[in-house]
Amino acid sequence: MPRRSPNFWLLLAFTLSVCAFLIVPVWMSMLAGVTQNYFVGWRGGLTLDWVSKVWTDYRHTVFRSIQIALACLACTLVLGVPLAYVLARKSNALSRAIEELLVMPVAIPGLATALALIVTFGSFGELRTSWVFILIGHVLFTLPFMVRSVLAVLASIDLRTLEEGARSLGASFGQRFFGIVLPNCRAGIVAGSLMVVTLSLGEFNMTLLLHTPLTPTLPVGLADAYASLRIEVGSAYTLVFFVIIIPLLIALQWASRPRDPHAVN
Amino acid sequence: MAIPITLQQCSKTFADGTRALQPLDLTIAASETIVLLGPSGCGKTTTLRIIAGLESPDAGGKVLFDRSDVTAVPIEKRNVGMVFQSYALFPNMTVEGNIEYGLRVRGMAAADRTARVKEMLAMMRIEPLARRRIDQLSGGQRQRVALARAIAPRPRVLLLDEPLTALDAKLREDLRLEIDRLLRSLGITSVYVTHDQAEAMALGDRIAVMANGRIAQIGTPHDIYFTPADAFVADFIGTMNRVRGVVVGGRLRFPGGHVALANGSAAEEVMFRPEDLRVVDESSAQFRGKVVSAFFLGDHTRLVIDAGSDAMLVARIQDRSRFQPGEVVHCAVDPQAVLVLPPASL
Repeated sequence: MPRRSPNFWLLLAFTLSVCAFLIVPVWMSMLAGVTQNYFVGWRGGLTLDWVSKVWTDYRHTVFRSIQIALACLACTLVLGVPLAYVLARKSNALSRAIEELLVMPVAIPGLATALALIVTFGSFGELRTSWVFILIGHVLFTLPFMVRSVLAVLASIDLRTLEEGARSLGASFGQRFFGIVLPNCRAGIVAGSLMVVTLSLGEFNMTLLLHTPLTPTLPVGLADAYASLRIEVGSAYTLVFFVIIIPLLIALQWASRPRDPHAVN
Repeated sequence: MAIPITLQQCSKTFADGTRALQPLDLTIAASETIVLLGPSGCGKTTTLRIIAGLESPDAGGKVLFDRSDVTAVPIEKRNVGMVFQSYALFPNMTVEGNIEYGLRVRGMAAADRTARVKEMLAMMRIEPLARRRIDQLSGGQRQRVALARAIAPRPRVLLLDEPLTALDAKLREDLRLEIDRLLRSLGITSVYVTHDQAEAMALGDRIAVMANGRIAQIGTPHDIYFTPADAFVADFIGTMNRVRGVVVGGRLRFPGGHVALANGSAAEEVMFRPEDLRVVDESSAQFRGKVVSAFFLGDHTRLVIDAGSDAMLVARIQDRSRFQPGEVVHCAVDPQAVLVLPPASL
């Protein structure tokens, strides 16, 4: 084994301490969720009672959040990918303006966007009390992330020439869009999906105003648990959140690995 | 199978008002290879794209494939094969997948597709690459795949847009031979766009030299080289010497001596090719000049001579004489080789 320089050890120590700084609070919080009494610590004994209490009391928020995240993903895919395609094909002042405007819901505080939605659509029949109302907010907030990441990939390939090549070979618009455009911006679509799902699952600012007592999401429930119950319950809730989101992240990362084109044919 | 192509009064004005192409008439015979040659911005690519159907000509222009008007037919339906400078291969498919694409979108049966792909791979000598990804190929290999992909659906017309420009010199020459072989064996009507005159001379049955959105001259490589229509064409193809002077008794006089003019000519500027400038004995010399530089290039020596005219003269000497810079040489040009050309008409 080659001798490491003192610098190596210094850097390693630094990296590990940064990691500890980030990971220890997460670990502490998760640990708090399985202690019998947080103030006594793990020596007082470990239990899954809190987790099961969270599961019975708050399981509906978990399912609602997953439902909203997936619906939000579907909406941003259907709206965002074609939009990115159009923006990539037409680069004029209007398309640049649309690109900038799309980012507004990210720049403006979520509370303000939520208020605007309530003022505008709050009196539309059942919409205000439906989970779809939250979905609208989430789509507004996450759409730019999908558009931007697809657009970035489209800008890096010579889309126009690829399409001209396909046209010269006789491909119709549909054949080109599904056979050439979509497969070649797959990396952008996957990266965008990852952003959309995680942002939607964790979205709190906007959802706080958009939800009703009948439609709380996971982060809203989490805030509720921290505010009004024992800290062990809140921590157990965090634990549940991690258990859901980490496999999801891993699955999406796995889906974004470079695919072997041999498998395609 | 091969069809003629006719362009009638095709002009092109882009949205920003630039006139890329002046009204242009061009007839390409069945199985002919025509090369559109010219500097960038001359309208050659626009012409190709109008033939392809990627651009439509301004109102009044017509594109005919085998006497049927295809002006309004989109490229998808024109049955053309196209090869791009940037290859435009689909990165999400293998070599086979790319070649097969045109067959698949036309709905050809799987067994026929496999057979045709195999035939194309063999024709372009790329069988070992069949399962490779596009990013695993060199530039030359990519262009072979692009050619195979373009000809796989048996198009009526093959259009090549600077296909060799992105390749290095040695590869360019190899692939030029390959393309020549391919075009001859397919007997397909082809249009080849390039700014490289060597490519144009090697591949074209006819060459259309373009400048400023017009065809300056169209003819066989031989015609274009030996009887250029004007000074622009003469300068663009090969190297030309220009001498300016005053006409005295059927000779063009300039500080270094004179050049004999053909009967009756009163031109004050003439042109001749470097290979027509001969170094001769003092007794038979028309003019003399000083060697500025001498490049020995193996099969010939390239001399740059200062004969007191506006521009330096270039000579291509095939014999084994040796020259030193500063040496005085005696020169002559055959009157038949002296060209009197109108200035660039454009």
